[in-house]
Amino acid sequence: MTASGWLQVGLLLVVLTAITPLLGGYIHRVFSGERVLLTRLLGPVERRLSALLAGPEPAAQEWKGYAGSVLMFSAVCWLALFLILRTQSIQPLNPQGFRSAPWDLSFNTASSFVSNTGWQFYGGERTLSNFAQMAGIAVQGFLSGAVGIAAGVAIARGFANRAGKELGNFWVDLVRALLYVLLPLSIVGSAFLVSQGAIQTLAGDVHLSTLAGGSQTLALGPAASQKAVMLLGSNGGGFFAVNSAMPFEDPTGLANFLEMLMMLAIPAALTATYGRIVGNRRQGWVLYAVMLVMFLGAAAVAYPAESRPSPAMRAAGVHGVNMEGKDQRLQVSDSTLMAVAGTTTGNGSTDTALDSFTGLGGSVPMANIMTGEVIFGAVGSGLYGMLLMVLLAVFVAGLMVGRTPEYLGKRIEAREIKLVTIGAIAVPLIVLFMTAWAISARYGMRSIFNAGPQGFSETLYAYTSQVNNNGSAFGGYVGFLQPHAPGNTGASGVTFADLAGGAAMLVGRFLPMLAALAVAGSLSGKRTIAAGEGTMRTDTGVFAVLLLATIAIVALLTFVPSLMLGPLVQALTPRLF
Amino acid sequence: MLRQLRSSLLAVIVLTALLGLVYPLAITGLAQVLWPHQANGSRVEQHGRLVGSTLIGQDFRSEPRYFHSRPSASAEDPAATAASNLGPNSASLSLQIRSRLKAFLGREGPYDPGLTAAMVPADAVTSSGSGVDPDISMANAAIQAHRVAAVRGLPLAAVMRLVAAHTGGLSGGLFGPVSVNVLALNLALNAAYTP
Repeated sequence: MTASGWLQVGLLLVVLTAITPLLGGYIHRVFSGERVLLTRLLGPVERRLSALLAGPEPAAQEWKGYAGSVLMFSAVCWLALFLILRTQSIQPLNPQGFRSAPWDLSFNTASSFVSNTGWQFYGGERTLSNFAQMAGIAVQGFLSGAVGIAAGVAIARGFANRAGKELGNFWVDLVRALLYVLLPLSIVGSAFLVSQGAIQTLAGDVHLSTLAGGSQTLALGPAASQKAVMLLGSNGGGFFAVNSAMPFEDPTGLANFLEMLMMLAIPAALTATYGRIVGNRRQGWVLYAVMLVMFLGAAAVAYPAESRPSPAMRAAGVHGVNMEGKDQRLQVSDSTLMAVAGTTTGNGSTDTALDSFTGLGGSVPMANIMTGEVIFGAVGSGLYGMLLMVLLAVFVAGLMVGRTPEYLGKRIEAREIKLVTIGAIAVPLIVLFMTAWAISARYGMRSIFNAGPQGFSETLYAYTSQVNNNGSAFGGYVGFLQPHAPGNTGASGVTFADLAGGAAMLVGRFLPMLAALAVAGSLSGKRTIAAGEGTMRTDTGVFAVLLLATIAIVALLTFVPSLMLGPLVQALTPRLF
Repeated sequence: MLRQLRSSLLAVIVLTALLGLVYPLAITGLAQVLWPHQANGSRVEQHGRLVGSTLIGQDFRSEPRYFHSRPSASAEDPAATAASNLGPNSASLSLQIRSRLKAFLGREGPYDPGLTAAMVPADAVTSSGSGVDPDISMANAAIQAHRVAAVRGLPLAAVMRLVAAHTGGLSGGLFGPVSVNVLALNLALNAAYTP
């Protein structure tokens, strides 16, 4: 551990806290239809696109209509990406002459990027053409992110509505999220990344002979434009197999710092947007504070844990920090902090091999995701995931004091709590079920790389990450076998891992989203009761502590036994496997 | 239902054209005009011949007159990046580290007689996350400087001056110097002391 490492944690959180109300206020103005600086430039495009998709007079939709649009649009997105992957060999901009991806891998990959996960069983630089990366993968970086932002804003409106059942028009929200939020930030972000050294070209491979006389092939492509939106929109997939560890994606310490900020910016800002939508900014700050505390806790465990040698290093007689799987320019400090940023957000971008983290260090990213991706979370889904936990906390508090629970002056009744249970509890159960299935079946064990408890950890991580739509991985876990041959020749998918993971990602994305939309529909227009003496306030520090405890207890009760079997047991023993 | 399907199809087509073609091509154009060196992979030449990218590590182990990169799990192939992904309690990782330590001591020990296993920095015996780490630690460079100086017949101080000049590497100086860029350092050695 170094002072500059801790300084960086502090600086990141100070900058994030400073931009949260600014960006959050901007997003609120955009979705209220107010004029912003970019309206002069983008207004005509926005009007034309909205008219094309929603008709000249877009009507506000109730939750079922909104959900229907989300599902239909996502289904078409899925089909488009699946077809692009399956027909890659006949598309343009394929300088390496890659073949099309196998059907099972394509199923997994299409599900991954449409569900805003970014899980990758393939290595981008050896599998996908420039066209598939740009028009397939990166487009879903925009679209699935915009779907998340739109749903998050619509759900917030439902919580706030005093009258009426309308949550907004999905197409209008989608266009606004793309044109005013994701696109301008991606342009600035990709320009910055290129200036630092990230690549952006349509050229293919460059062959060269090295200084010592060996041969080397530089795989080039449009990486920066894709990286920027993958960071901002929470999808997180890498242009290269090792994601941000690759210097062409994350060239400097400064670039790494900005990449972390890009991952955190919109999920954090949406708490401020929420506070403005419900007309009480403190409600937003409470959510932000809980997220910040959990982020700090994660960094405080992971950084010291990685600043020690792993048992494998000790047994070999090597001391110092755990540098296996970490790059020198990023060291333990930047690598660990980005692992925390990438897993507290639903992004999943990392600059290090999490599989080689120490037992305790590796349990931190896993535990972050196991909270249900509510510590910042993905764009939009982090907000509504957190709101479901808020209702759960309010309900628990109501039980303790024997009053009907209220939130924002609205009674929380059986219908809402049933939906919250589906949205917040179903996901962890699916994680555990899928892990148990994969670990107990021969076809599930095929994907495991490491021996001993680490093999279990890889499986647990894979399903935790996929069901919660994070996308980071203990990278040894495989779903695609690619021989060292040009153009994907002879490559094949591991069918069970591809199909089980792909289905899990889709359920993990849309089940909680539908539950949250239904809750918002149920709360929208509900009669509000004036706050009395017995009303529990939800914009105070006391409630923040209660919310934090609720999230922690739900996650711990569900996942401590499985964490013990995997990463934690390795933290407790010097034994090698 | 049909209306939603029509809107969805239109949206995917229009937005793929805008965000999947116009946007990346515009960024590519911008990058090629403003930062062509970076956008094309930070390539470096020696005597007019392309020899690599300063962002991508190379294998120098066959040449004792050069500083060597960190171990790589992917044979330093930037077209197939990979980490070892071996777990913290992996017996095979431990064996790999043990044999790298032995090789490092065997290579550097003769030139740096005080060198012991306890002094070997972690980055010299662990494989990187990218498989193409372009950097090594300052401690690693300081040990290797003995060998490079001896093989090239140079004073150690002269080699260490070059190491210092290439320290800082990729951190941009924001959080202090952390690394030495191996390819840039080796090119500077060749330029200053013609091999």
